[in-house]
Amino acid sequence: MNRVGIPRSLFYYYYKDLWIDFFDSLNIPYIISPNTNKNIMSRGETVANDEMCLSLKNYLGHIDYLKDKCDYILVPRIRNFKNNNQTCTNFWAIYDIVKNLFNVNILNYNIDLEKKQTLKKGLFKIGKELNKNNHQIKKAYKYAITKEKKRIKQNHIINQNKLKSKKKKILIVGHPYNLYDELIGKDIIKYLIKNNIEIIYSDKFDSKITNPLSKKISKDLYFKYSKDNLGAIAYSEKDINGVIFISSFPCAPDSLANELAMRKIKLPYLNLVIDNNSSFTGLETRLESFLDMIGGKLND
Amino acid sequence: MTKIAFPHMGDYHVPANYLLSHIFPNTEVIKAPKITSKTIELGTEHSPEFVCTPFKYTLGTMIECLEKGADTLIQMGGGCRYGYYSELQDKILKDIGYNCKVINLVTEGKTNIKRINNLLKSIEPKYSKIKALYYGFITFKMVKYMDKIDDYIRENIGFELKKGSFESLKEEMLIAFTHIKNYKDLKKTYKRYLDKLHKIKVHKPDNRIKIGIIGELYTIMEPFSNYFLEKELAKHHIEIKRFTNVHYLLFEKSHKYKKYKKYAKEYFKYNMGADASDNIARCKYLCREDYDGIIHIKSSFCTPEIGAMPIINKIANTYQKPVLFFSFDSATSETGIKTRLEAFYDMLEMRKDK
Repeated sequence: MNRVGIPRSLFYYYYKDLWIDFFDSLNIPYIISPNTNKNIMSRGETVANDEMCLSLKNYLGHIDYLKDKCDYILVPRIRNFKNNNQTCTNFWAIYDIVKNLFNVNILNYNIDLEKKQTLKKGLFKIGKELNKNNHQIKKAYKYAITKEKKRIKQNHIINQNKLKSKKKKILIVGHPYNLYDELIGKDIIKYLIKNNIEIIYSDKFDSKITNPLSKKISKDLYFKYSKDNLGAIAYSEKDINGVIFISSFPCAPDSLANELAMRKIKLPYLNLVIDNNSSFTGLETRLESFLDMIGGKLND
Repeated sequence: MTKIAFPHMGDYHVPANYLLSHIFPNTEVIKAPKITSKTIELGTEHSPEFVCTPFKYTLGTMIECLEKGADTLIQMGGGCRYGYYSELQDKILKDIGYNCKVINLVTEGKTNIKRINNLLKSIEPKYSKIKALYYGFITFKMVKYMDKIDDYIRENIGFELKKGSFESLKEEMLIAFTHIKNYKDLKKTYKRYLDKLHKIKVHKPDNRIKIGIIGELYTIMEPFSNYFLEKELAKHHIEIKRFTNVHYLLFEKSHKYKKYKKYAKEYFKYNMGADASDNIARCKYLCREDYDGIIHIKSSFCTPEIGAMPIINKIANTYQKPVLFFSFDSATSETGIKTRLEAFYDMLEMRKDK
């Protein structure tokens, strides 16, 4: 049976629901690697190059976990979304890195809108590779994409409602593969929830609305995912009490875009860069004093 | 009067200076001071923590240029985050307190003629396009000639009989290039120096060691940032092959990429950003030809090259060729580099003797 392995890292956090709907609708069995744990991370570190960013190491760890548990591993490649919206070069290279480091069957599609390689074409390609016919794929794609569009709208509305909340509001700025990863960002978010903070996620806004707003902070920015982040700041600036930047060490686009944002915004902010030696105790002290500071600001 | 300046990269300040001073007669071109450890300190002090090293180098130079009186700075860009340097550098310089303008000619690794035209207009509104095209043509030819001569020097400098003869001749040529009047003049000067170059006596033994250098473009082209690696190799009488130069980046990259892709199709399918895929193909080439070793250099945190490194390693393993990786940072120790280089060199000699 053709079982597809989905690594729970990087692309997963952008496309998980879409993929799951798509595969479910096509009746294709799949396995998703578990939440990141120490074992997976150390597997990644063994395979990866020292200097790779933490998120990429993590991704390779998930692939290593999946390599003997399925017939295919889903490794897309994303290059750009047209009109000055490219991704980090790791996203360009990831297919070739996995291909060279692991001896596995890869289910790959390429998103490069400048060359007219769309998500739709990509999903059709993998559908065909899994021996489904055009009609079935078309149906599955339609089903998955309509649900996805609804989801984006809903998330946006949820975030907007949160902005009206009476609690202290903090915008978490970061890539979803860091924010929701069990080892990278989960602890930070848990801590904030425990302290009764209303968390607004930078990736849950509708990027069609936020991306043009990112121009307020950075005119020349051409990284799509950083546009999401900075756009979210520009969108919610008036309603929030503070910003927490979360990035993995050493993220290339974040090193410039976040720095620029920090220099331009007038809100209190905290910059957390997570690497494989970060311990939560160290982060906790910093979070604590940040929350203190925000609290102080509110009482003034 | 506008005073314009730009960060260094190798000897390319000569053609750049030539171009700018000819198309902007009413603008003063300020020559950036030579990069020193002070420059790097300055750059590092004001840079974000984990940005790649060229950012720090160019920022340091920019500050030094502003100190010398420049008010307009020109920055280039590559296909990675290099293209996004200028906006942040602009902000950093303003935060320090300089009142300056930073112009970015290339974004996203793409050159857009219309955009460049607008930017040049902002420097000097009445600049002549025809003049710019003419001098642009001469400048690009100059770059081509310089790169050709550099290629020859790299292959021979380790074997010159009289030490320093190549270097002094090249310096002489660069000075001659600054006084060029027209294209004919340039061609004549180039031919003259090429002749002189070929007359320099070299002794190349048959069993000499040949090394190919690949890696990230800025670190390769700016000798200060690679701790004068090529000079160090020349001292050991090694023939050097290098692929990346400005002529390659401007004119050859796009069509060579297709060839590279075909040549190394078992190792990469997609463009991996900046020069990463190019370097993978070059690595295969060096492995298959009679080169003794490969040196891969980059600045620390260079994302595209980091992605290429495991693949380069794999190729070298397949072909049983030694490869040495250097990752340069502003804090790299020079002795460390020399020791590693020496060990590498010894290993190559031993392999050769076998």
